Amino acid sequence: MTDEPLLRVRGLTKHFPVRQGLRATGLVRAVDGLDFDVRPGETLGLVGESGCGKTTTGRMLVRLLEPTSGSIEFAGRDITHAGRRELRPLRQELQIIFQDPYASLNPRHTVGRIVAMPLQVNGINPPGGIKARVQELLELVGLNPEHYNRYPHEFSGGQRQRIGIARALALRPKLIVADEPVSALDVSIQAQVVNLLRDLQRELGLAFVFIAHDLAVVRHFCQRVAVMYLGRIVEIGDRADIYERPQHPYTRALLSAIPDVTQLGPAGRIRLTGDVPTPLDPPSGCRFRTRCWKAQDVCATEEPALVARDGGNQATACHFPEPARAALQAEAAVVGAEPAGRGVEANVEEVSS
Amino acid sequence: MSLSPVEGVALAEIESDGGMGEPAAKGVVGRSPGQLAWLRLRRDRTAVVSGVLLVFFMVLGLSAPLIEVVYGVGPREQFQNLLDGFGMPLGYAGGVTGDHWFGLEPGLGRDIFIRLIYGLRTSLFIAFAAALITATIGIGLGALAGYLGGWLDAVINWITDLTLAMPFLIIALALTPTITLRFYGERGQVSSAFGVGVLIAVFAIFGWTSTARLVRGQVIALREREFVEAAKASGAGLGHIIFRQLLPNIWAPILVSFSLAVPQFITSEAALSFIGVGLSDETPSFGRMIYDSLDFLQTDPAYVFFPGITIFALVFAFNLFGDALRDALDPKSSR
Repeated sequence: MTDEPLLRVRGLTKHFPVRQGLRATGLVRAVDGLDFDVRPGETLGLVGESGCGKTTTGRMLVRLLEPTSGSIEFAGRDITHAGRRELRPLRQELQIIFQDPYASLNPRHTVGRIVAMPLQVNGINPPGGIKARVQELLELVGLNPEHYNRYPHEFSGGQRQRIGIARALALRPKLIVADEPVSALDVSIQAQVVNLLRDLQRELGLAFVFIAHDLAVVRHFCQRVAVMYLGRIVEIGDRADIYERPQHPYTRALLSAIPDVTQLGPAGRIRLTGDVPTPLDPPSGCRFRTRCWKAQDVCATEEPALVARDGGNQATACHFPEPARAALQAEAAVVGAEPAGRGVEANVEEVSS
Repeated sequence: MSLSPVEGVALAEIESDGGMGEPAAKGVVGRSPGQLAWLRLRRDRTAVVSGVLLVFFMVLGLSAPLIEVVYGVGPREQFQNLLDGFGMPLGYAGGVTGDHWFGLEPGLGRDIFIRLIYGLRTSLFIAFAAALITATIGIGLGALAGYLGGWLDAVINWITDLTLAMPFLIIALALTPTITLRFYGERGQVSSAFGVGVLIAVFAIFGWTSTARLVRGQVIALREREFVEAAKASGAGLGHIIFRQLLPNIWAPILVSFSLAVPQFITSEAALSFIGVGLSDETPSFGRMIYDSLDFLQTDPAYVFFPGITIFALVFAFNLFGDALRDALDPKSSR
């Protein structure tokens, strides 16, 4: 925690007004006060179920959506409400990879034009020319540079996602927001793309905000993990802590939902009852209390703060967190303890193998 | 804003594609969606026949002065010596001879063939100019309204509704003589270029709404797509997003609407000339010829026949080509 964070997010909030006719009848609190940091070269996973505000957060980070309140600082500069001209130099360091490789590439442009687009838009003429740079990028993401003149419809989903990655890398960014980059892909292709991202992250020292709902992929890729529920972060910490010593009941429930093919039967599966409450009118106090088996009166009145317990890196927003290193280890459906090493060369097992 | 040069390029593309049916993309390896459409178009027999016919008509119209030289008769030359005492052309079928292929006009004795060639030029010029201007206005307003949305969208929609609510014929009837009077006075000789200009302006004022609506709808459908957001995330400006990202994806419907707008303007021009607010008698045009020929429907049917059949063939070819173009650009739409 010594070095300066590359991205510092404080109290980030996005409310969408709901209109009926001309009257505003309500507010969807899609994201409601997020705090987190991303250091250079670090990968932060943002997990949570559908509709919890992950994608909204990602879009706010690259300023495709205007935050309602809160602040985003990138490399020490406040970019929360920066205009297009102010953003221009920062755009080059902050890029996004999209979820749907079929919608994220312009079907009328050749691959070369798609990958060169960020360079041209920003008026950058790399040494050796744009074409050479684009071919270098295509090679970097494992595509044949001779496919420069092909059109997106001639590629498979995985190849298209690689093109999207090449486009995001064109400006040599320091931070990439990956918005569910593999959830639209085949499982076998997912592993390839995640491994590509991890290799790139190591080679180029990129920082990632990796948005996903697939816990296995996040575990494979991310050094730190933030768990979101209904627009808030309920728990944030290092990968090993989150996966092996979850303190928040929601994290526990989420982890217990990972199917384990080696075990038959409902091995320690925590079943949450009911649905996610509507973000139009989130519950008072702790947002998870309506589905939490530990909920007590205090949960309805007092909103738990995201605080670190026992001096670690792991912060939990819960009044009754699981005791650290509890006897949950056996039932948490994870195998193999890892050193909580951050560092670029973190020791990870291969999902693809 | 310096949008106009880019817009020019986009329109030049539309013009060359819609008019001459040239390949959409040139010199690229791999088949672009445009090249695939071109291949489908070439395989469609209706498209080929109507396209060839259109090219033929256009060449004919463009080379009118050349044909005049070869043919040896001008559009304003009168052959009174070939008319009888009542002003009717001598000979059969309205005076068809080796010198006058389609015969002569009763009354003035002008050659119908060369007047048709010049009329073709006038009609095609008016129709293409009007279609180009309406496409430009429509694409510009529609793309802005669709992409930016908000109050601008509301204002542009409001103007569109207002324009659609105005009765075209009545305003054209009221406007054209008034403008002519204002510029030339009671007795002045109206130049033919002025009449053509007024017609194009009237078409431009009323014709842009359908393109604007079409483009607006398409842009709204596309603007939330992730490739647009990718461009935005890279710092692209409004011009880049509209002209480089959005328009290349919607030129197919624009092209179709363009190719269907041209015949519509040809018939509108004929209709306006027919009710007498279009071009003067001096300028050869289809509508004017049909209007003049109606008096001789019984005595000299050939005079009605030749302009009628030409305008029919031209508009029919355009419509067939437009439909074939739509099928080629969007093979899922029809079958």
